[in-house]
Amino acid sequence: MLSINNLHVTVGDKAIIDGLTLDVPTGEVHAVMGPNGAGKSTLAFALAGRPGYDVTAGSVTLDGEDLLALSPDERAAKGVFLSFQYPVAIPGVSALVFLRTALNAQHKACGEAEVSAPDFLRLVRARASELKMDFDMLRRGLNVDFSGGEKKRMEILQMMILSPRLAVLDETDSGLDIDALRIVAEGVNAMRAPDRTMLVITHYQRLLEYIRPDRVHVLASGRIAQSGGPELALELERAGYDRYAA
Amino acid sequence: MSLARAIATGDLAELPSRRDEDWRWSDIRGLLRVLPSPSPVHEGPIPPGPFANMAAEVVEIINGQGPSVIELADGERRLVALRFFAAEPGAHASQLAITLGAKADLLLLESHEGRDAYVTEADLAITVGEDARLERLVLADEPEAAISVSSARVRLSPGGRFAQTVVTTGAKRQRIETRVEHAGGGATVRLDGLYRLAGRRHADITTVVVHAGPDGATDQLTKGVAADQARGVFQGRIEVARGSDRSEAHMGHHALVLSDRAEVDAKPELEIYADEVICSHGNSIGALDEDALFYARQRGLPEDAARALLTEAFLGEVIDRIEHEGAREVVRGFMAQAPA
Repeated sequence: MLSINNLHVTVGDKAIIDGLTLDVPTGEVHAVMGPNGAGKSTLAFALAGRPGYDVTAGSVTLDGEDLLALSPDERAAKGVFLSFQYPVAIPGVSALVFLRTALNAQHKACGEAEVSAPDFLRLVRARASELKMDFDMLRRGLNVDFSGGEKKRMEILQMMILSPRLAVLDETDSGLDIDALRIVAEGVNAMRAPDRTMLVITHYQRLLEYIRPDRVHVLASGRIAQSGGPELALELERAGYDRYAA
Repeated sequence: MSLARAIATGDLAELPSRRDEDWRWSDIRGLLRVLPSPSPVHEGPIPPGPFANMAAEVVEIINGQGPSVIELADGERRLVALRFFAAEPGAHASQLAITLGAKADLLLLESHEGRDAYVTEADLAITVGEDARLERLVLADEPEAAISVSSARVRLSPGGRFAQTVVTTGAKRQRIETRVEHAGGGATVRLDGLYRLAGRRHADITTVVVHAGPDGATDQLTKGVAADQARGVFQGRIEVARGSDRSEAHMGHHALVLSDRAEVDAKPELEIYADEVICSHGNSIGALDEDALFYARQRGLPEDAARALLTEAFLGEVIDRIEHEGAREVVRGFMAQAPA
């Protein structure tokens, strides 16, 4: 279970997350929705441990283990994955090399053996084809000259290969056309598992037509303003976020 | 004024100093109060060089002693490992002429190595004949106490190809200079550089290309990394002389400075006196991309591994431009093991 208790996060001198409490039981998919500036991406970065996102109070545990004490790479090795709203391009490192390096770094941190090159390629080929990705694209620089949709598919591919315990998807629907949205959502749905917890962060309801969350939470002014079932997303779509304005 | 002349005459006043605009970031005079005595003639073998596995014909210039001419007849093809090696402390200079006849083809795998504190200058006079092709790799793997200058003057004939990559980890003071007289007439130049510097090392990559005839192309990319208290210098000048119309020249220099006390100095210059010329230059000096660093760490790479991966990726663009596959892999291995 992901357990966030009374979390306070500041960026620079600005308090963004302001006493956020949220529990996501293992195996469930929860959506966090909210207006621009509510602190959605800050929450995602704080969970992943991004430098500059300072936790000033509160706690975050995954299955009882304190995540806040860990570096970003240690959290990754514990199974925390963040799908970035704006994936970073890394010229000079192919997606394949990057992903294999990441996978083996996580295996090493867990005391497991490295994945052999043939096994790795087989795994990536299968997942890439599920996501309808051109395999040759993976030989190019990571995210270099990728379209918005290709970048998001690349994030989902990495999530599939790294097989996290906690997946945080930050605005995975932004910049996607309807076909790409469907493919990405199918990829996410395929990742639903009894031992995996997912937090889907989104501004719009449309992604939730494809990924049906167990719970929906409204994030406003740095804390959870309301929680409900999937129907809450539809209500938000209709009524907007105005009533949560500070 | 040159280090070679100072070595030959023993006159310290001949040493390049910061008062020369061209040497202001690579002062030698301030470093040397006395010139070391001349290097002895070395006896016995030297350890294998960086290109030992490349099945090349080996030419050795040890303590400044060795052949003074490498000559390729018209149409001849050769693969030469040219080794400058300083086996004992001391001062020495050498001159070498390399001549390629028409349509000759030379892969020149040049290395500069040595032991301890030495002072050296190696001067090369290179002529690339019509439609001839020279790919020159300069790999400098020198001790941190060395003071080393290498200077090549290249005359490129019409239809010729000169492709060069300088790869260095620096020295106490090190300058690798290339001056190309570019005849145009369909001749092309690739003039690349890579430096990866740690500790208190210094490297200066200086290039001058003069387009002296129409219809020539030059493509230049230098990348470097300076860590600790190291200092990288790039000076690149491209001149397109009057009448050298339809020349095309591109120059890029990009550096990463990995510590507060490291320094990179760059002076890119384009001077154009001809018409219908396409020229561009770009220069950037900065730190590793923090967004990319966090991204890699989020995927599980420890910070050191993430930094190393991003640094190698940054330099890899230049390595990928080396045309000869075997040489390219030697350089990749050398850069991966370099500190910083």
